[in-house]
Amino acid sequence: MKLRLNVNGEIRSADVRPAELLLDVLRENLGLTGVKPGCRHGDCGACTVTVDGLPMKSCLMLAVEAADKTVETIEGLQDSPVQRAFVEKFAFQCGYCTPGFIMNSHALAHLHPKADKATVREWLQSNICRCTSYEEIQEAVEAVLSSGQPTSRMMN
Amino acid sequence: MEIVGKSVPRKESLDKVTGAATYTADRIEPSILHARLAVSPYAHARIVSLDASAAQNAPGVLAVLTGDASEVLVGEEIRDRPILARDRVRYYGEPVAVVVAETEAQAQWAANLVQVQYEPLPVVNSPAEALHPDAPILHERLKEYEKSEDVVSVPGTNIASIVHVIKGDIERGLAECEKIVENTVSFGPSDHAAMETRSAVVQIMPDGRVFIDTSSQAPFAVKKYMARYFGLEPGRVIVRTLFVGGAYGGKSSVQLEPIVYLASRAVGGRKVKLVNTREQDITTSPVRIGLQAKVKLGSTHDGKIKAVQIVYHFDGGAYNDKSSAIALSAASDCTGPYSVENLHCECLTVYTNHVFPAAFRGFGHTEMTFAIERGIDALADELGMDPWELRMRNAIVPGDTTPTRNMLNSSNLGDLRTCLERMRELSGWEDWKVQQLNDHTVRAKGIACFWKNSSFASNAVSGVILLFNQDGSVNLETGVVELGTGSKTVLAQMVAERLRMSVDRVHVKFKVNTLDTPEHWETVASRSTFFAGRAALKAADDASKQLIAIAATVLRADPDDLELGDEKVFVRADPRVQIPYKDICYGYRYPNGNSIGGQIIGRGHFIQRWMSPLDPATGEGQLGPEWNVGAQAVEIEMDTRDYSYRIVKAISVNDAGKVLNPKGAFGQVMGAMAMGLSYASHEGFDYTDEGILLNTTLRTYSVLRYGENPEYIVEFIESPCLDAPFGARSLGEYGLISIPAALASAVSRAAGVRMNVLPLFPETIWRAKDGGSV
Ligand code: FES
Ligand code: FES
Repeated sequence: MKLRLNVNGEIRSADVRPAELLLDVLRENLGLTGVKPGCRHGDCGACTVTVDGLPMKSCLMLAVEAADKTVETIEGLQDSPVQRAFVEKFAFQCGYCTPGFIMNSHALAHLHPKADKATVREWLQSNICRCTSYEEIQEAVEAVLSSGQPTSRMMN
Repeated sequence: MEIVGKSVPRKESLDKVTGAATYTADRIEPSILHARLAVSPYAHARIVSLDASAAQNAPGVLAVLTGDASEVLVGEEIRDRPILARDRVRYYGEPVAVVVAETEAQAQWAANLVQVQYEPLPVVNSPAEALHPDAPILHERLKEYEKSEDVVSVPGTNIASIVHVIKGDIERGLAECEKIVENTVSFGPSDHAAMETRSAVVQIMPDGRVFIDTSSQAPFAVKKYMARYFGLEPGRVIVRTLFVGGAYGGKSSVQLEPIVYLASRAVGGRKVKLVNTREQDITTSPVRIGLQAKVKLGSTHDGKIKAVQIVYHFDGGAYNDKSSAIALSAASDCTGPYSVENLHCECLTVYTNHVFPAAFRGFGHTEMTFAIERGIDALADELGMDPWELRMRNAIVPGDTTPTRNMLNSSNLGDLRTCLERMRELSGWEDWKVQQLNDHTVRAKGIACFWKNSSFASNAVSGVILLFNQDGSVNLETGVVELGTGSKTVLAQMVAERLRMSVDRVHVKFKVNTLDTPEHWETVASRSTFFAGRAALKAADDASKQLIAIAATVLRADPDDLELGDEKVFVRADPRVQIPYKDICYGYRYPNGNSIGGQIIGRGHFIQRWMSPLDPATGEGQLGPEWNVGAQAVEIEMDTRDYSYRIVKAISVNDAGKVLNPKGAFGQVMGAMAMGLSYASHEGFDYTDEGILLNTTLRTYSVLRYGENPEYIVEFIESPCLDAPFGARSLGEYGLISIPAALASAVSRAAGVRMNVLPLFPETIWRAKDGGSV
C-alpha cells in the first residue's frame, strides 16, 4: 500500500506492506539509516525517533500508524544543543546508540527542560550504550538541561 | 608537545551525531538480496533428515543452502567447523541452512519452513562434563583436522588444545611454603552485546573477484581466511569495512562471511546481505569464553609468594576457532602481575556444546585475572593479611621474569607499585575492612590488579600512507578499523604533531578497503596506537624528508638547515626564509612555469621485533612487546538481609605510559570498567541442562543501563614504554580486566563468604552463604 509520511518536515511517500515497522520503512524506503536497529523488540532504544514530539522506538510502531503524525529522525536535527553537547562531552564511542540517545534526550529537553536526575534516569534507561560508562551521556544531557538553550534547529 | 596529549574530539564526531556515519547494514540497495539463517534448536543432535522443499518454493526465494553446499571446514587454530552444520549440530543456534530471497521478510519466512529432523544426543554443558571419562566425544575426527603448528590436541577426548607454562621447580617451591591455599573459580560464557549486530554483504564479480562488506574488526583477516578457505587468490578478495558499532573482540572472528559467500555463489554471485537478528547475534555468533580454574598459591608466613600451580579448563565451545589462542594468551600471563619463581600451569581448552568463543576485551586476561586474584584474596584471608599489602609485597618489578621467561625492565613493564600506592589513597584503603552502616547495610571494598601482554601473530604488520592534498593538508590512510576507540583521531594527532600542522588539517579515511588501504593486522589487542602509531610516525618522517628535500632546492639551502613548523618549511637560523607546504607538496612551480617534484606521499610500516610463538610444552616464547599494568578497586553497599548490593564507586589506576588524548583515554577506561561491572554483576548465559540458551534477547540478557553506573574514578600514571609512540601504553581493554575480581572481592567481604563464580547475582550470594552450593 501507499503511505504518506511527514518525516523531518518533508512529505514522503512509500510503498509498504501493512505489517512493516516504522523502523524498516524509515531505513529501507526512505534511506534514513541514522535510525538504527539494535534488537527490534523495544529493548535497546537505538531506533528511537520522535513522533509528534514524543520519543518512540520505531521498532515498536507500524509504519501505517505514523500516517498522520510528524516523525523526526536524527537526520532532521542539525547543530542542536544536544548534538553539540554529545560531541563536547565525548558522549559516544562507536556511535551506534547515539542517534537513539540523542533523539530521546532531545525530546526530553523539549518536554521537560528542567528535568531532575530521576526523570532523566527514567527516560534514558530505555536506551543501551555498550561503549561509554553513561557518565559522559549524563554530563551531556545535564549540560543541555541546565543551559536553558532552545533545543532544536530544524533543517527546513 | 602541542597536539599529542590534548583532548581532541574524535574526528568522526559530526558524522556520529547526525546519523551520517554509516555501518555495514546501512548499505541499502534495491538490487541486494537478503539472507536468513535457519538454526539448530538443540545443543547436540544428529541431523536425521532435512527437507528444504517448502522453503525452496516459498515466495521470493532464490536459493536454500544446507550443509552439503560446501565441504570446507573453517576455523583459525583448528579447522573443525562446517560452514553450515553437516550431519550433526553441536550448539544451540548453530546455522543449519541459509535462505536467499528478494526481501528479508521472505527469507525469514522461508527459513522457518526448513524442516529438519533431529535425534538429540547427550549434551556436554561445561568443561568438567567435557573431561568426564564417559563424556560424549564432540569431534571424533579431531586427529584429522588441519591445525596451527602450535596447537596440541588430544584426539579421542574433548581436549582441543593443551599448553603448559612452566618456570622454576614447582615441587621444591611448594615444599618451601609455609602457607598454601587452593581456590577454584568458575563462570560460563557471556555475550559481547555490541549494539550493532554482525552483518556481511558478499558479491562475486563475473571475473571471480569477491567483494565482502563486513562489520569486522579484522578485514585483513577476513581476506586471508576467505582466500584460504575457498582457495581464492588473496588479491581478488576485497574486504571493506565502514564504521563498526561496537566490537569488544567479538567482531574479530570470521563467521558470517563464509556463509554469505556460499549464498552469493548459489545465486550467480549476486549481492547478498545477511544481518544478524539480536537473538542470532547472541546464540549463533561467537561469545566470551567461560572458564573453570583451580589456583594453588603458596607463600611464606609474611606473604612472599613462592609457588603457583594453576589448572585451567577453558570452555572452548563447539568449535575451536580462537579459543585455544585465547587460552594460550591467558596461560602466558597466568600469575598476574606478581613475581613468581616457581610456576606450573596446565591449560586445557575443551569442546563443549556451547556457542564457540571469540576474543573479548582482555583476550583471556579478564578470565585468568579472576582466577588468580580470587586466589590472592584467599591467601590474604588465610595469612590474616591486608590484601593490598599482599599484592604490594609481590608486585612484579623490573628484573623479574614473566611466566614465559621474558626479562622485564621499566620500559616493557608498567609500574604497578606506583599504581597500587595511588589506589591506596584514592580508595581510602586504610578502612578496607567491612563497615556496618546500619543494622542491615554494610559497606565493603575490593581490590585487584591486572597485567597484560598483547598476543598477536609474530609477523603482524601495520602500515600507514599519508597523501598530501594541494592545499597542504594531508590524508591519513590506515587499516585500523574505527570501532569507537578513537584510534584514528589519536593517529591524526601523532601525524599532526610530527608534521607540525593543525590536527584539523589531517584528514582521516575511515573506511577500510583491503584493495587500497595498507594492512593493519587486526584492530584488536589494543594494538592500534602502538603498531599503527609507529607506522604513522614513520610515514610522517618519510613525508617530512620529502618536504625538506624539495624546499632545500627551492630555498637554495642545505636540507640540514631546514625545519618544519606551522605547515611550512623554514630555515632554522632565519625563519623568515620559508615556504608553505601547499607550495611544494604537489610539486613546486617556478615563476616561469617550470616545475619540479610531485605529490608527496609518505609511507610507513611497522613490525614488532623478536616476537615468537610459545612452546606449548614449556610456555617459553614472546607473544607481545609490553606488559601493561594497573590496580582497580570497587566499593559496594550491601543489604545483608537479601544480599542485594549497590555499586558505589569504581576506581582504576592505569599506567598509560603517556596519555595521548585525555578525554578519549578516560572514556575508554570508564567504558571498559562499566562493561566489567555489567558482566560481573548481571551478565551470563542461562543454559538449561540440555544446553539450550534461555536468555537470548536484550530483555533477558540484561546489561548495565543508564543510572546504574557508580561513581568512576580514573587516574593515569605515566611511565613510558620506550618502544611505543610517545611512550604510550595501550588502554583499550585495560579498564576491564580486573574489575570482576575487584567486585567479587568487595562482595565476598560484605557477605562474609568467598564468591568465586560470576555473575554475582544476590541469589547466587545467598546460595553460597546460606543455601549450600550453587
Ligand atoms: S531496535 Fe528498537 S528498541 Fe532496539
Ligand atoms: S557508543 Fe557504542 S553503544 Fe553507545
